[in-house]
Amino acid sequence: MRYHTPATFENASAIAAAASGVTRFLAGGTDVLVQMRADIVTPDDLIDIKHISGVKDIVQEDDKCWSIGAAVAGAELTAHKGLCADWPGVIEGMGLVGSTQVQGRATLIGNLCNGSPAADSVPGLAAAGAEVSVVGPKGTRQVKVEDIPAGPGKTTLAKGEVISGIYLPPRGKGGGDAYLRFIPRTEMDIAVVGCAVNLRVEGDTITEARVVLGAVAPTIVVVEDAAKALIGSTLDDKALVALAAAASAACRPINDKRGTIEFRKDVAGVLARRAAKIAYDRARGAK
Amino acid sequence: MPLDTKTTGFKYIGTRPDRPDGIDKVTGKARYGADAYAPGMLHGVMVRSPHAHARIKKIDATKALALKGVKAVVTRADFPTGLEGEDWNIQENCMAGEVALYDGHAVAAVAATSLLLAREAAKLIEVEYEVLPHVTDVDEAMKPGAPAIRAGAADYSVPEGLHPNVMRYIEYGHGDLEAGFAAADLVMENTYKTEATHQGYIEPHACLAQLGSDGKGEMWVCTQGHWFIRRMSAAVLGIDVANLRVTPSEIGGGFGGKTTVFIEPVALALSRKAGKPVKMVMTRSEVLRATGPTSSSSIDVKMGMKKDGTMTAAKVTMRMQGGAFPMAPIDSALDCAFSCYNIPAVHHEGYDVLANRPKQAAYRAPGSPMAAFATESLVDEMCRALGLDPLKTRLKNASREGTKASFGPTFPRIGLVETLEAAIAHPHYAAPLGTNQGRGVASGYWMNWGGETSVSAALGEDGSVTVSVGTPDIGGSRASMALMAAEALGIPYENVRVNVVDTGSLGVNEPTHGSRATYATGLATIEAVKQISSKLCQRAADKWGIPAEAVIWEDGCAKPSGPNAGEFPPLTIGELAAEMGSTGGPISGHFEATPSGHGGSFGTHIVDVEVDPETGHTSVLRYTVVQDAGKAIHPAYVEGQFQGGAAQGIGWALNEEYIYGADGRLQNTVFLDYRIPVASDLPMIDTVIVEVPNPGHPYGVRGVGETGITPPLPAVANAVHAAAGVRLRSLPMSPPRILAAIKAKG
Repeated sequence: MRYHTPATFENASAIAAAASGVTRFLAGGTDVLVQMRADIVTPDDLIDIKHISGVKDIVQEDDKCWSIGAAVAGAELTAHKGLCADWPGVIEGMGLVGSTQVQGRATLIGNLCNGSPAADSVPGLAAAGAEVSVVGPKGTRQVKVEDIPAGPGKTTLAKGEVISGIYLPPRGKGGGDAYLRFIPRTEMDIAVVGCAVNLRVEGDTITEARVVLGAVAPTIVVVEDAAKALIGSTLDDKALVALAAAASAACRPINDKRGTIEFRKDVAGVLARRAAKIAYDRARGAK
Repeated sequence: MPLDTKTTGFKYIGTRPDRPDGIDKVTGKARYGADAYAPGMLHGVMVRSPHAHARIKKIDATKALALKGVKAVVTRADFPTGLEGEDWNIQENCMAGEVALYDGHAVAAVAATSLLLAREAAKLIEVEYEVLPHVTDVDEAMKPGAPAIRAGAADYSVPEGLHPNVMRYIEYGHGDLEAGFAAADLVMENTYKTEATHQGYIEPHACLAQLGSDGKGEMWVCTQGHWFIRRMSAAVLGIDVANLRVTPSEIGGGFGGKTTVFIEPVALALSRKAGKPVKMVMTRSEVLRATGPTSSSSIDVKMGMKKDGTMTAAKVTMRMQGGAFPMAPIDSALDCAFSCYNIPAVHHEGYDVLANRPKQAAYRAPGSPMAAFATESLVDEMCRALGLDPLKTRLKNASREGTKASFGPTFPRIGLVETLEAAIAHPHYAAPLGTNQGRGVASGYWMNWGGETSVSAALGEDGSVTVSVGTPDIGGSRASMALMAAEALGIPYENVRVNVVDTGSLGVNEPTHGSRATYATGLATIEAVKQISSKLCQRAADKWGIPAEAVIWEDGCAKPSGPNAGEFPPLTIGELAAEMGSTGGPISGHFEATPSGHGGSFGTHIVDVEVDPETGHTSVLRYTVVQDAGKAIHPAYVEGQFQGGAAQGIGWALNEEYIYGADGRLQNTVFLDYRIPVASDLPMIDTVIVEVPNPGHPYGVRGVGETGITPPLPAVANAVHAAAGVRLRSLPMSPPRILAAIKAKG
């Protein structure tokens, strides 16, 4: 195994592009190192991106967009007052990943690139409309978060491509988001169903909404019908019923050791309703 | 042995000093199994079957042995043949012979100069399998057409016509069952199932083994009982026990699962072949796949009850699979099934069944939690049907001194009534409940154990005392032994040092199992240190020139027994010890026996849960354990045992399970998906220590380690019923199962 510590993302990309065997990028390592120890993956080239300048930065740009470095750990996000005020749903999703110790290392981009359909930070990012910048042999491109996952353990990134940063849009007025997951325990577990809701209100009426499910399909699912159920409503019972039905209908789950198809469909609807209520309250100014 | 049981007026017993091993453990200095090192040590790694049932056609280690640094490969061919009975079972489980019997069954092992190299070499060992049909469910394994795992191996007890996977059959009871059911106002019968669960000890199995070509060896190992490890390892390898010295490490949990061997004989075999010490440490996945979880079970229970709650008759049939080997704990499960109650007619039947799963090992009151799940769930269902208070109904039927136990003998003084009365009087039982919340109760029993025990105590030159015991300290037993020695000698707790010593230092000791250590090792400790005080009385008598009978031992001093004995100032243990070299030589005490005066412990639990009706998620809100300790030597560690039993029982009830795929492979081999409760899943577990002294122990001790896991399974199931209106008769009560039950109810 070769261990690399490139100084730029261009260098990181070039190393990956030139590599012939199994390649992994290393940021927090909370997935890669565990997989190596469990013999799930044995990289020929391990490319540590933590030595690249700026990877630990959280910056709010002039347009109020948030730029988050590739090696910013969950604990740093959770401790960031500005981010938590703007995007509580995104941050609470990331905060659910692993233990306190894991939070000291785990990153948003690692959670995204690991490719798990159950990744807790990804539905919130997608609901927020987050984008990532991808550095590759052909230059840099901006990609929507929901376009990165391709299936369990897979992403749409091409050979030599590496994510250099993540961007959350300006929060703006009347916005609120929330993420809920179902686990049989209370922590240290993997989502059986996850649901993020991001919305905007004018007065009591919802004007924009995005609803994203996790762990109910090979990738996260952006549920357009669920968003439609919310938009124009005041989150009344009728809207909640339609939201839950749309969320359940969008699931394409499997029966596995963590849950049944029926259970995941039912709970997706339940979580969509509950997350929408939290996001709605937040949008209207609840702390 | 008549015992002068002392039950009041203690100076040290019942206090809560710090445990002597505490600081080393919390500062990382304590040496656990994996912390043993030896010069020239190799690392051993097991090759395991990926199949649930497969004939081993060929093992080719050529490529592995060609790697530089690989020193030895062993297969079954490196072990002696001709073993019989349980020795053969253990050998077969440690290293498969002709057939791999479960996913994870060891088929070969390799030793190399580094762990990485050994892991690499293990992947290069080529094993050719012929996959055979498999069965993992206990009911399926008894059906016609199920693959016979070991045809012709059933013992004499099995009636003709049963599937060859049935290894043993048990049937017993007393009273007129039909008359009992006829006298009942309500007869109910249901079937219950429990899944296999693992003890979940945090420390994986680990050992460092050294065995020479001369057949002499030494081993450092994480275990509950190193004499067991010595005997089993020697049997598997065909060497004499005296040639193997085994030293136990500190132990990070056992719960029964570390009373047998898995890697130890293999590490010895690798060492013998390589001529070097070999260390083996299991991964968590190996622990879950290939050590001994508990049995899974399928249980029919039938009970008759009068309108006033009087139990008239009861019948239980237990089917348990203990993996691909006999000895599922049907015996103790049946013995505990109705042990809480005085029922005129009882009948028990048990089937010990093979399945393609790892060989079960003991897990905290083996069999009793499953039996309690079935019987205590049914009692709750019948109390509901008749509108009776579940605790008062239990009290009405409770076993007490003089009751003919459901398993035969007549109970001596026991404390079930006291636990039930304490539970009824506890504020928890009357506390209000909110929406979607419910309360469950259940009682449980474990008979406890005495067992072979050998203890030495030696007096130091300054009057401090070293006690050498052979039962590894899992739950604070060194503190308890020190308290008992301090009490018996009248010297401070801090002046007693208790060591767990190796197999070369004492006679045979059974493991720390059966909730026996505080009882049996404690009894032996008291008797051993009493020999020291009586020898010290003799030394004082010699000094004073009076007969030894005229000297008494009190508060750490030899004193004349009264005015007639003469006027002498007391001689302290320190003064006598300082001059012992010139007054007759070193002073020690030794006691060994197989004490049989152990007393069973009953417990009653109260639990409140809240069930989310939309997701089936259960939260445990409040939990109270009431249990008879006989006498709590160190109350904090007694409470810890109560809480630990409840925590493991809650995990078993709600989310823990062995999940097998259609291919017979275990699907949840890490703690992510084998869901033991995490700290935030549990409330602070309240405890009430009831003390009904055991007349068989000098200070009244009963074992407390195991009973605590017997009531939680039914207590939680009864609470879930109260909260959600659904009765779950299969464990675990995971959210998908509870939600499905809620939806089915409509």
